[in-house]
Amino acid sequence: MSETQTSTVAPAARSAARKAPVRRKNRQVRGRTGAFWLFVGPFLVGLAIFIYVPIVWSLVLSFFRAQNTVVPDVFVGIKNYVDMLTDSAFLSSLGTFTLFAIFIVPTTYLLALGLAVLINRARFARTFFRSVIFIPAACSYVVGSLVWKLSIFNGVRFGLANTLIATFGADPIPWLSATGGFPWYWPVIVTARLWLQVGFYMILLLAGLQQIPSNLYEAAYVDGAKPGWQTFVNVTLPGLRTATVAVLILNLINAYQAFDEFYNLLGNVPYARPPLVYLYYTALGASQDYGHGSAGALILAVLIAVVTIFQARVLGFGRASD
Amino acid sequence: MAFSLLAPKPVGAVGGQSGSVRGVLGTVLRYTVLVIAAVLFLLPYYLILRNGLSSEHDITSPNWTFFPSSLHWENLGELFSDPSVPMGHALLNSGLIAVVQTAGQLLLGSMAGYGLARIPYKHANKVFYSVLVTLMIPSAVTFVPSFVLVSSLGWVSDLRGLIIPGLFSGFVAFLFRQFFLNFPVELEDAARVDGLSYWGTFWRIVFPNSLQFYAAIAVITFIAAWNSFLWPLVIGQDPSSWTVQVALSSFITAQTINLHEVFLGAAVSILPLVLVFLFLQRYLVEGVAQTGIKG
Repeated sequence: MSETQTSTVAPAARSAARKAPVRRKNRQVRGRTGAFWLFVGPFLVGLAIFIYVPIVWSLVLSFFRAQNTVVPDVFVGIKNYVDMLTDSAFLSSLGTFTLFAIFIVPTTYLLALGLAVLINRARFARTFFRSVIFIPAACSYVVGSLVWKLSIFNGVRFGLANTLIATFGADPIPWLSATGGFPWYWPVIVTARLWLQVGFYMILLLAGLQQIPSNLYEAAYVDGAKPGWQTFVNVTLPGLRTATVAVLILNLINAYQAFDEFYNLLGNVPYARPPLVYLYYTALGASQDYGHGSAGALILAVLIAVVTIFQARVLGFGRASD
Repeated sequence: MAFSLLAPKPVGAVGGQSGSVRGVLGTVLRYTVLVIAAVLFLLPYYLILRNGLSSEHDITSPNWTFFPSSLHWENLGELFSDPSVPMGHALLNSGLIAVVQTAGQLLLGSMAGYGLARIPYKHANKVFYSVLVTLMIPSAVTFVPSFVLVSSLGWVSDLRGLIIPGLFSGFVAFLFRQFFLNFPVELEDAARVDGLSYWGTFWRIVFPNSLQFYAAIAVITFIAAWNSFLWPLVIGQDPSSWTVQVALSSFITAQTINLHEVFLGAAVSILPLVLVFLFLQRYLVEGVAQTGIKG
């Protein structure tokens, strides 16, 4: 290992001098290897069994007919993939997701940013406002859906929203059914998620705001930048770049995995069914079709990876300045 | 800081123009928006309590009342004695799952994180990449394959199926690795010179000095485990293995529902989180900043 260091010593002395450290070194390396596996081994075994094995198994199943059984039945090649990619219900679930992302990502970001800036500027009761906006982030999507479906946007007359519009003389709106002609379920779904997640992203942006060095603001002020909009665009927004990228990427990945509120608010309806809800009913519903379910899950995994990488590139994640 | 002498106003007030009419107006406007936002964000909690403690008649009344005519605390007894939705049992399941998963993820993840950060081993990088790859795979997408595995183990409707697959979080291991990389190495070196092994160093020096970070990750993990829905829904097919979220969901989708029972159930389900929130908010905020920015 360190032969060059001993090259000036006489040959006999050298070999003697080398053996002892090498042996000690070997023992040390063995000790380290043992320690490494002592620390990492239990975790890695679990990861292998519960993450890697299922994924490989699922990859195998996706090339087989596997209905009502989790054992590969008949090899069908890429038929499951072709079926899924030509299945109009699966494709429309991707459309549902895209529409959802278009609604939820910008609204979440703008609302979280606005609230973060307001709270950052607040001179008193700042902790109070931060807490109130943040509390729903600890609430489950099931509870959020429950309040939205059964109280605020209940389609009957005593729902809060319908009570409110009744005071203006309007008829009750059937918020969660598609019968109204207008897709009223979108505002319900989007506002539910906004309530549940804005606080989380607000905290991230607030942390970002507080990391902007105050001397940047002083310099901008000295340079004649007008306080307010000009300072916001030239100092605050660039300073928030890292936090912004994190918020947008996390938000999109989470939107891709939307399940809880769609399942609880709408159930298995054909008009607004994101990919996970569709996969849930394909693989675990009455059909128990693990072959198609696995193929769909893998297609989704690849899509998420591609979109995430693309988004990270566009937003310049991992640039030298980060 | 010569600039701060030049700047006529404290930095926090840039744009605030305190004192001028415009500044006062701005402050009033900002607080108006904040107060409206606060009311809107608190509204759902108020609705949960209002409906949970109302009589069914008050909830479905066409005349909206902000405060029910009388509070029905007996709804609570009704909730826990309803045979169709085993709420008490579901709370126990959720508590057990959340506690065991939090402890397990922290123990296994922090040990793995320490090994990856501190113990020189020639294949450590390969091991680290194999952990990183699992971060790229969204957990929700793996529910079909994981179900395939768990059902062939016979763990459906079983606490083992609900708990064990969730003990291994690549994300937690990753966060701990990043944290331990920044741990003052001098402390560990001193311990090693004193003859402590890696194991001893970890438990007697590193762990006791990292409790704040553990607390931050624990709070986040606990909330996520308590609130998780898709996996418990997939695995908890028998009512005896329902978590509180699955029980609430079965309330929502039931044919006939007692609204006050549903809302009271929701109130009970968020109580542990409100307690966590009130007493551990500092750690929660730190945990969010850690997991969000670094994730």
